[in-house]
Amino acid sequence: MLEIPCPFCGPRPEVEFRCGGEADIRRPADPDRCSDRAWTDYLWNRTNPKGVHRERWWHVHGCRRWFVVSRHTVSDTILAVSDSGQTAQPQETAADG
Amino acid sequence: MAEGPVRLPVGGRIDRKRRLAFRFDGRRLAGHPGDSLASALLANGIRLVARSFKYHRPRGIYAAGPEEPCALVELRRDEARVDPNCPAGEVELFDGLEARSQNRWPSLAWDVGALADRLKPLLPAGFYYKTFRWPAALWTRLYEPLIRRMAGVGRAPRLPDPDRYAHRHHHCDVLVVGAGAAGLVAAELLGRAGLSVLLVESRAQPGGWLADGGAGVRLDGDAAPHWLQAQLARLEALEGVRLLTRSTAFGLYDHGFVGVLERIADHLPLPAPGTPRERLWWVRAKAVLITTGCLERPLVFPDNDRPGVMLAGAAAHYLHHHGVLVGRRPVIFTNNDSVYGLALELARAGAAVTVVDVRPAPPARWERELCEAGVRMLCGRAVVGSEGRSGLHTVHILALDADPALSLPKPLAADALLVSGGLQPNAALFAQARGRLCFDEELGAWRPDEAPPRLWAAGGANGRLSLAAAVEDAARAARDVIRSLGGREPRLELPRVEEETFAQTPFWCSPLKGAAAARRAFVDLHNDVTVADIAVAIREGYRAIEHLKRYTTAGMGPDQGKIVQGNLQGLVARELGRAVQEVGTTTFRQPWTPVPFAALVGAHRGPLFEPLRTPPTHPWAEAHGALFEDVGPWRRARVFPRSGEDLEAALRREARAVRTACGVIDASTLGKIEVAGPDAAIFLDRIYTIAVSRLRVGRCRYGLMLRDDGMVLDDGVVARLEEHRFHLTTTTGGAARVLAWLEEWHQTEWPELRLWITSTTEQWATIALSGPRARELLARLAEGIDLDGAAFPHMSFREGRIAGVPARVFRISFTGELGFEINVEAGFGLHLWEALIEAGSDLGLTPYGTEAMHLLRAEKGYVIVGQETDGTVSPLDLGLEGLLAKNKGDFIGRRALALPALQSPERKQLVGLLPSEPGSVLEEGAQLVPSPEATPPAVSEGHVTSSYFSPNLERSFALALLARGRQRHGERLWATRLDGAPVPVEVVPPCFYDPEGQRLRM
Ligand SMILES: [Zn+2]
Repeated sequence: MLEIPCPFCGPRPEVEFRCGGEADIRRPADPDRCSDRAWTDYLWNRTNPKGVHRERWWHVHGCRRWFVVSRHTVSDTILAVSDSGQTAQPQETAADG
Repeated sequence: MAEGPVRLPVGGRIDRKRRLAFRFDGRRLAGHPGDSLASALLANGIRLVARSFKYHRPRGIYAAGPEEPCALVELRRDEARVDPNCPAGEVELFDGLEARSQNRWPSLAWDVGALADRLKPLLPAGFYYKTFRWPAALWTRLYEPLIRRMAGVGRAPRLPDPDRYAHRHHHCDVLVVGAGAAGLVAAELLGRAGLSVLLVESRAQPGGWLADGGAGVRLDGDAAPHWLQAQLARLEALEGVRLLTRSTAFGLYDHGFVGVLERIADHLPLPAPGTPRERLWWVRAKAVLITTGCLERPLVFPDNDRPGVMLAGAAAHYLHHHGVLVGRRPVIFTNNDSVYGLALELARAGAAVTVVDVRPAPPARWERELCEAGVRMLCGRAVVGSEGRSGLHTVHILALDADPALSLPKPLAADALLVSGGLQPNAALFAQARGRLCFDEELGAWRPDEAPPRLWAAGGANGRLSLAAAVEDAARAARDVIRSLGGREPRLELPRVEEETFAQTPFWCSPLKGAAAARRAFVDLHNDVTVADIAVAIREGYRAIEHLKRYTTAGMGPDQGKIVQGNLQGLVARELGRAVQEVGTTTFRQPWTPVPFAALVGAHRGPLFEPLRTPPTHPWAEAHGALFEDVGPWRRARVFPRSGEDLEAALRREARAVRTACGVIDASTLGKIEVAGPDAAIFLDRIYTIAVSRLRVGRCRYGLMLRDDGMVLDDGVVARLEEHRFHLTTTTGGAARVLAWLEEWHQTEWPELRLWITSTTEQWATIALSGPRARELLARLAEGIDLDGAAFPHMSFREGRIAGVPARVFRISFTGELGFEINVEAGFGLHLWEALIEAGSDLGLTPYGTEAMHLLRAEKGYVIVGQETDGTVSPLDLGLEGLLAKNKGDFIGRRALALPALQSPERKQLVGLLPSEPGSVLEEGAQLVPSPEATPPAVSEGHVTSSYFSPNLERSFALALLARGRQRHGERLWATRLDGAPVPVEVVPPCFYDPEGQRLRM
């Protein structure tokens, strides 16, 4: 069981978290201008690397914050964590109505 | 000369003044405090204690620890306390202990299963795979019961475990596994560096090899036991060091996480009142140091399994711990130096000892002493056979350089054959944590190579086989740990140990020539896997060690082949002509030793297994005889049968009452979420398929949430409480999932939106009232709400007081009738319910449960997420295009709905079904096929998702997902049944009652 250093709560056991898969998957800003292939790429295709993987984790039984963990997929060593809220790019808000 | 094992008049750590009575297979026997079951059996002269797994061969005590492949027994305290597969050497004797041998019938001495031993050609390697194949129908009726009966080693208890099992979480700087010489030295260094140390030892006493005699080695000029006492006192004085005995580290997991099983009361008849029997420690350590020493490898030769054949180290253990001499005429068979101290001790205890060493000469260091003690030396020779069906009496010895065609083995009388195939670093835990092992040619054994972060191995476990090297290695590892944790290095004088040389020569198998070739030479004594089996498997094309393991079963079973690995890989390497390193090891998996399920489960049993949630009216439902069902974490009333009614009758009465008068149900389990903030409407527009931002204050709408792949995630009602405050409902099972969904999108995709998300499921009780007389009833209890249809239309909400308490009333319906969902503070839920029941008694008000709710909504064709949907169903499939807002901008899942796969006309679509026989109710999950002759494997065109008998329609009906379903209304299909022929159904639109929705707007 991994020990995950939550950037808000400190090191906590894996059972307090849920993994949200690969980080840095940006939802295309204008889905209508997206080809079917680009959209399905966004939905399903992941890099699944052997090596350092940036992945999203959610401290569900803690502060309930999402953040990004850099984990080596072979050794499971956690190299870095960052608050995803700060790294996310603000997007244009959709027009109302 | 007397034969067999015997208790010595002196020696060992047993209390000869006190006697403990115990039974083995019903026979009354006695031992002493300090005995193990194995030592007590040996002291009573008993050698035959088990039957082997496959051939039911007579077997004895082979080892003294968890690696025991043969002497596995069943311990029985009472009917509920039955522990199978206990290694006899690990069982501490207590007064009244009752043990039974396993895997024999009718008795240990006369075992019918032993016929298998005579049927050798019928049970080759891969027997299971070759024999139990086709036809598949034979699997359930013949093969599986047969395999289960044959494969059983030991029986599981039939009653629930009455004892208590505790869990504890523990954090420390360093966990040291194994309190032998290396562990004890390392723990002292670590403790002196000011680190918090947990030292765990699986035996009752620390000391490891030193406690087993240490082959006469001296530390600081002292005999091993004296040094041990002094070292324990030194550790005791260190505040940060804690020693846990009878505690086995069974699993190393990621990031310094270790499972330790502490056996608190396994050595007692029963746990002391108020104490648990076992305690599971979940340890999180910054560093883990493996000092688990070595395991001794067996030697492989024909008939190497008779009672009386035993690991040499085990003989030392029984001598030093229990004062038991395992034989009076022992032969020691070795390829290494570790046995010579034992040979001397046995000789000095009065035994006539012969040592057979495969090497040309004994180690020079021992030569003089051996001669003085009268130990007979036979070097350059090997044991190539044995005799004695239920107990060894003769061994066969052959010179290794002899020409097998000319020379016959020489028989030698012996009552014990003590084998040592060399020491194998016990690196299982190291490998579990993905430490890498390498085969050290000089050592002739696998040892730790590359360690993952936080993990160290030292001493014997690290391949340092002499005591001097082990102690030095332990100090080296401890210093590494201290440095990595940033501690200060303490000064410590290491114990002075006489330098010894330690040598072992790999010897995988005695020559199997001439008559010996026909005899069984076991590689795995537990699973009865022989050298010939390995050869057969290799001939049949198996090369990878993992495949060979599974095909031959070598290394499986309760002992998990702890002492099989080295010889197996050595033999395979020899057969294939490869290096052992190339052959590799099989994967080491947790647990190291079996862990009882009861210990893993701990207190999480019965009502504590999972928290149970009950709605506010639960006490009323219980008092009124409701039947319940579990829905997610909730226990909900299913029906409220009156006296004499069965479930079906109650269901029909309740469902009719809602359509003709009015009914009431506790819907508090619905998930409720409040979303508030200036950007709440923008956010919910993106979350829901509907245009939430266009909702006026005081109104509500039904909407769907989709995943971004276009599939339905959840559904519910959104109400606009204020300009910037919304109340959401979710499905009962989806409450947590939807809350998580909202938080995720807000935090990770749109953190710039200003809003708060709060779960209010627990805060509100929700009582749903519906039926043609609902308004009339509500009017009797409502204050400050105009209930008139025009003033309070369908899909709106009002605030006021109901039954005297503040309430939010939503005019919505899940039954298709005029309906109100009344939300009051959770604490008032039961009050509101009772007030409604009382006020509605003359209006035919009927409490109804989840069964009627499901039926009523299905009559209307309302879907249930998770019943009509399964994660592969889109709103288009459900015919809910009307819920997809066109002009509000993007929302989650919208883009995916345009994908060709989701637009395909071939997709399954929601339809209704009417069985041709109106009394027959279809099975939910039944497949829809085009012809009554269809038998599996037939192509299914769809499946039934919900199916009921409706008292309102007075016939059966169903909902289904059917390929191209909307174009097929009026078509006839057949629905399969588990038992019997498919039944005909007619495809119809998925709404059976009031399709215009008139009754909602009454
Ligand atoms: Zn946290």
